[in-house]
Amino acid sequence: MGIVKIKKDFHEARWCEPIIYEMSTPGQRGILVPMPDDEIKAAAGDVLAAIPAKLRRKELNLPEMDQKHVLQHYVRLSQETLGANLTNDISEGTCTMKYNPRVNEDLAAHPNFAELHPCQDEDTVQGILEIYYKFEQIIKQISGMDRVTFQPGGGNHAVYTAASIVRAYWESKGELGKRDEVITTIFSHPCDAATPATAGFKVITLYPDKDGFPDIEALKAAVSERTAAIFMTNPEDIGLYNPRVDEFVKIVHSVGGLCFYDQANANAFLGVARAIEAGFDMCHFNVHKTFGTPHGSSGPANGAFCCKEEFAKFLPVPTVGFDGKKYYLDYDHPASFGKVRDFYGTAGVVLRAYAWTMNLGADGLRECADISVINNNYFEKKLLEIPGLSECYAGNGHRRQEQVRYSWEKLKEDTGVGTVEVCNRVVDYGIPHYWFSHHPWEVPEPMTLEPCESYSKDDLDEYAEVLRTVSKEAYENPEIVMTAPHKASAHKRNDDAALDDPAKWATTWKAYVRKHRK
Amino acid sequence: MSKPVYPYIPNSVPEEKAKLLKEIGINSVEDIFKEIPDHLRFKGKMNIPEPFLSEYELRRHVEGLLAKNKSCKDYINFLGAGTWQHYVPSVVDEIISRDEFLTAYVVGDAQGDHGKWQALFESASMIGEMVGMEAVNKPTYDWANAIAIACRMAARMTGRREILVAGTISPSRLSVVKNYCKPEIKIELVKYDSETGLLDLNDLKARISPNTAAVYFENPSYLGFIETQGEAIAKIAHDNGTEVIVGVDPSSLGVLAAPADYGADFAVGDYQPLGLHMQWGGGLAGFVCTRDDKRYVAEYPGLLYGITTSVQEGEYCFGEVFFERTSYASREKGKDFIGTTTALWGIGAGVYMALMGPQGFRELGEGIMQRVQYAQGLLSNIKGVKVPVIKSPCFKEFVVNFDGTGKTVSEINKGLLEHKIFGGKDISQEFPEYGNSALYCITEVHTKEDIKKLALALEQVIKGL
Amino acid sequence: MKKKLGLIVNPVAGMGGRVGLKGSDGEEIQKRARELGAHPESPRRAMDALERLATIKDDIEIITYPDEMGEKEARECGFEPVVIGSVEPGKTSAKDTIKAAREMAEQKVDLILFAGGDGTARNLYDALGDNGVPVIGIPAGVKIHSAVYATNSRNAGEVALMYLQEKIKKVQDSEVMDIDEDAFREGRVTAKLYGYLKVPHEERLVQHLKSGRTEGEVAALNSIADDITESMEDDVLYIIGPGTTTRAVMEKLGLKNTLLGVDVVLNKQLVASDVIESQLLDLIKGKKAKIVVTIIGGQGYIFGRGNQQLSPKVLRAIGKQNITVITPQNKLSAIGNNPLLIDTGDYEANSMLSGYYKVVTGYQRTVMRKAE
Repeated sequence: MGIVKIKKDFHEARWCEPIIYEMSTPGQRGILVPMPDDEIKAAAGDVLAAIPAKLRRKELNLPEMDQKHVLQHYVRLSQETLGANLTNDISEGTCTMKYNPRVNEDLAAHPNFAELHPCQDEDTVQGILEIYYKFEQIIKQISGMDRVTFQPGGGNHAVYTAASIVRAYWESKGELGKRDEVITTIFSHPCDAATPATAGFKVITLYPDKDGFPDIEALKAAVSERTAAIFMTNPEDIGLYNPRVDEFVKIVHSVGGLCFYDQANANAFLGVARAIEAGFDMCHFNVHKTFGTPHGSSGPANGAFCCKEEFAKFLPVPTVGFDGKKYYLDYDHPASFGKVRDFYGTAGVVLRAYAWTMNLGADGLRECADISVINNNYFEKKLLEIPGLSECYAGNGHRRQEQVRYSWEKLKEDTGVGTVEVCNRVVDYGIPHYWFSHHPWEVPEPMTLEPCESYSKDDLDEYAEVLRTVSKEAYENPEIVMTAPHKASAHKRNDDAALDDPAKWATTWKAYVRKHRK
Repeated sequence: MSKPVYPYIPNSVPEEKAKLLKEIGINSVEDIFKEIPDHLRFKGKMNIPEPFLSEYELRRHVEGLLAKNKSCKDYINFLGAGTWQHYVPSVVDEIISRDEFLTAYVVGDAQGDHGKWQALFESASMIGEMVGMEAVNKPTYDWANAIAIACRMAARMTGRREILVAGTISPSRLSVVKNYCKPEIKIELVKYDSETGLLDLNDLKARISPNTAAVYFENPSYLGFIETQGEAIAKIAHDNGTEVIVGVDPSSLGVLAAPADYGADFAVGDYQPLGLHMQWGGGLAGFVCTRDDKRYVAEYPGLLYGITTSVQEGEYCFGEVFFERTSYASREKGKDFIGTTTALWGIGAGVYMALMGPQGFRELGEGIMQRVQYAQGLLSNIKGVKVPVIKSPCFKEFVVNFDGTGKTVSEINKGLLEHKIFGGKDISQEFPEYGNSALYCITEVHTKEDIKKLALALEQVIKGL
Repeated sequence: MKKKLGLIVNPVAGMGGRVGLKGSDGEEIQKRARELGAHPESPRRAMDALERLATIKDDIEIITYPDEMGEKEARECGFEPVVIGSVEPGKTSAKDTIKAAREMAEQKVDLILFAGGDGTARNLYDALGDNGVPVIGIPAGVKIHSAVYATNSRNAGEVALMYLQEKIKKVQDSEVMDIDEDAFREGRVTAKLYGYLKVPHEERLVQHLKSGRTEGEVAALNSIADDITESMEDDVLYIIGPGTTTRAVMEKLGLKNTLLGVDVVLNKQLVASDVIESQLLDLIKGKKAKIVVTIIGGQGYIFGRGNQQLSPKVLRAIGKQNITVITPQNKLSAIGNNPLLIDTGDYEANSMLSGYYKVVTGYQRTVMRKAE
């Protein structure tokens, strides 16, 4: 092992790019449009005259630029972005930032996928249907569930799908008004509370016991004939596997409630533990996390929602079926609640995820699980040696699985430098802004890190060394941390209040010009 | 065979793994997984096909599956109905496939991910100009979800619980909206004139009530025609304290007025026509735009990227606008949720808008309308084919009726496949009042020869040749 | 213009604690404490807090009282304070604290940083009332039930720093509580809610986009009030406990509210204001009644602190199943993993009331919390 090198001389690109509207030169063109043939023009006549005068466009204020400068502008903006494929992105705990293989991008760009229209005859899309179907079989193996839909556009959307299914289920039993409560836990993902609330349920949140596990006694006190379902994450975001998860399920089932397993944090359990053994009725996966597809700066993502056969009739339509010869779109879900998205979901994510999985196979998936927990435990050990840093529920005798929620509480007490400032400072070493925790901050000054299987030992060591360096700076020269970042593409905002002031805020350039440039 | 070293898993090298285990002070990974009680462990082996370990074999395998598809490059495509085939400039593909944008995380801070925030802010600025509005959210899942978000915002703003929707709305989008608005908000369809497709203003007046939060209509509509009564609809709505939501295909906005100009309070729609590949429907990305008024901005469930300045003189910086949007916590039975959506498509659409500029959109719109006019002329000459069915000006889609051919749309489309043509979408189930009809879509990708080929093929299919 | 910071150190705060006296109020106690070898805690803690302000030394003006009441500590930390008033060193008392706070308010200070305990907080409340001068307490006293204190001295300095730098802009009404010290030393606790002072409210409102935003304090209270008022049943008496959270419920109903006392509502109309135990017992006789209370003070008490009107007798008559606890999420986060506390002074009543509550934190949102 060599000396751990951190990027002391890192500097992110800083192009000081104007806003694209400031680069406009009247008359310039970025691309020409194919014009209709003269014969068409002649036959069509003045088509615009058919539009009532008031409905005709008079002016359109878009930038006018030549092609080179559009390209240049956006390439520069891209360079001012810390994508996971080019950084040590252990930063995003709960989000499993994996390497996103380039070959899958090639496959997704293939015209036989990219140029498919969703309403094409089934005979002409047998390939993509087969991919959907086969990936469903894989997800069934991973979860133990009977049916899957890939229609949701992301993890939260899949959890919302679960909430819609719970609603449809109780509606079908004529008990929707009575079953109006959904239980969740404080360290579950916020969507486990937010999406049932969107679907109209009251939400009851359980707090952890002294060891950090959801309080089972609180669950016993919470369940009743009003319980529609429980929505829970396991391991929760603090990285502890709840060993009594099946008891939670039994308690909820005992009052007739349904059980949904949020498996956004599933990476460490591929081939290790499944929703079915714990007794759940439904679960979901964030396809763009666990199955190696890119986050795309916030999507396109995909959520795989899985359920037991009993609930298949409520699924959004269509799913994909196979009759032994042909793959087809299956609309046979007689009690379907409808749709959560137009067409069949973000097919490109499903395609990439299928390719990713087929590159690894069952052994490879299991290797992901193994390495991700080994990485995490090694990383945890390194990090806990850093002054000012601790982990929540330290010393409870339980090993963390794929991630850990740390706390900079001591550092803040000792130096005034808290997690927000540390986070701003790591960017100066080329590390992306890390994930704190969901609100509310039950763990003070939180930092949640997830070193999944994509990271090498050097990555883990580098990341730890960056945090150690920042901690040292906080004790010796806190000002440099408090005023960070210094080497990012932009500096700190100077007037956060402007973003909250209707007279000053601007979500578009037009609003900005109107409010600030008179 | 010994266990492979996986190219995506650096620590799958046995020596590296052993080093880590030693440092942790354990013998095997089972010392970590022992936290999972035995009865919760999965004991078997997942029944997943043998992997293609080399990239070459993997590519062969997946390309082999894709080879079973016929794409709109192989066939001439006349399908629209929610996903549309437009030309995708190379610059767009280049930008959205850059690893920096492609693999960036959902959030990221405004400094380290400055470029991403700026790109999304610029997309918002440009789509805002297209629809005539100054407040724009981060892209959502798709047009359908954008409508639903706008409906819920309007319901919160007004405290009312009913939405009136033009009966010509896309049925698929309607299905999403209905589910999203449950349980509190009721969706009611407003009648339309089947001759013109236009909204029945009398029915609107009859249905609108003090409980109507919003009126929603599409322009151009799902069935392709241009709703020319925007102003009148908005007046009826506004007189009743009702919000106006207009759904719009942005590729029309070089020739059609901005929705705000005829009274829209909300404009929603899809970025997909703006330089995003169809991807079997996976190219969708919704936008929601409103007036830049605290009343509206307070109700956005999603993110709003705002521009501001930094401590460095002359430098722009970004952040979330109205971070503590207080009003939406209250009363609302179901608070909306947010999450990972479709930011990359938003960036791509921004690149497209910047490339096209005002002149590009004008030429695009006019050229499409000319082709449509031309195509309608050719098709109307075919025996048994009735077009136009809806007698209002249309943009890029139009209904074609085949009642006079003695054949169903499905039969005709099967026949067209033989000619390597994807015929229009069968709407005979969705809109039975138009009989045996299909929704055809024509864009700038269609040449004179393509359209002639369609006419010829249709003639042959109908004749049973 | 330089920001003005008032600084008050109660030089004897905390003396009683180390020598087993339950408080340091009153000359006699202080004398005894000194005899027992006690040293004041507050000077050192005040200095810990002041050190946090070193970075803005030149941008603020410290206004303080002479000698041991702040001047000494300020100078030792390298400040040049403006000293007002006069004291008799070694013999300062509550009166001096009150005088100091009043004079600082007259000088229009932006914030008062003070070191002391519940007695000191009460003195500040006596001096300032509802006049709006924000304060932040450095916990140095034996008794800290009031919610006007930071979690430790450094954090008090940190909050002061951030408020003076305008990084914190919000203030929150926070409870001033104190117990009858004579009774306390005899082992009886009768904490009283004296009033509310404005305290800079530090919530680490980070731009935290993935999970959505937290709602602000006002929205949270509004949302809780919506939940409670919408679920109110006809012909049931609602006994509304003291506090700012319960005040939001009364405001939602458009009813006059007793911030420090208990009000009774029937069919959304006020039937009695600021009632005492005996009135309550009369009112609920033979009627269905429910209680709505919130957490009082920084430690998580729901009964026995500041709402003694809700006596064991009253609570027994109404029953645990008819008690609703309401609180914004941030107050729950502040007590961490600790249970809600009940101390009615009656063991049997305490055990009857203990167990899980569905605590209302927003519209149709509850959390399960244990009380004991």
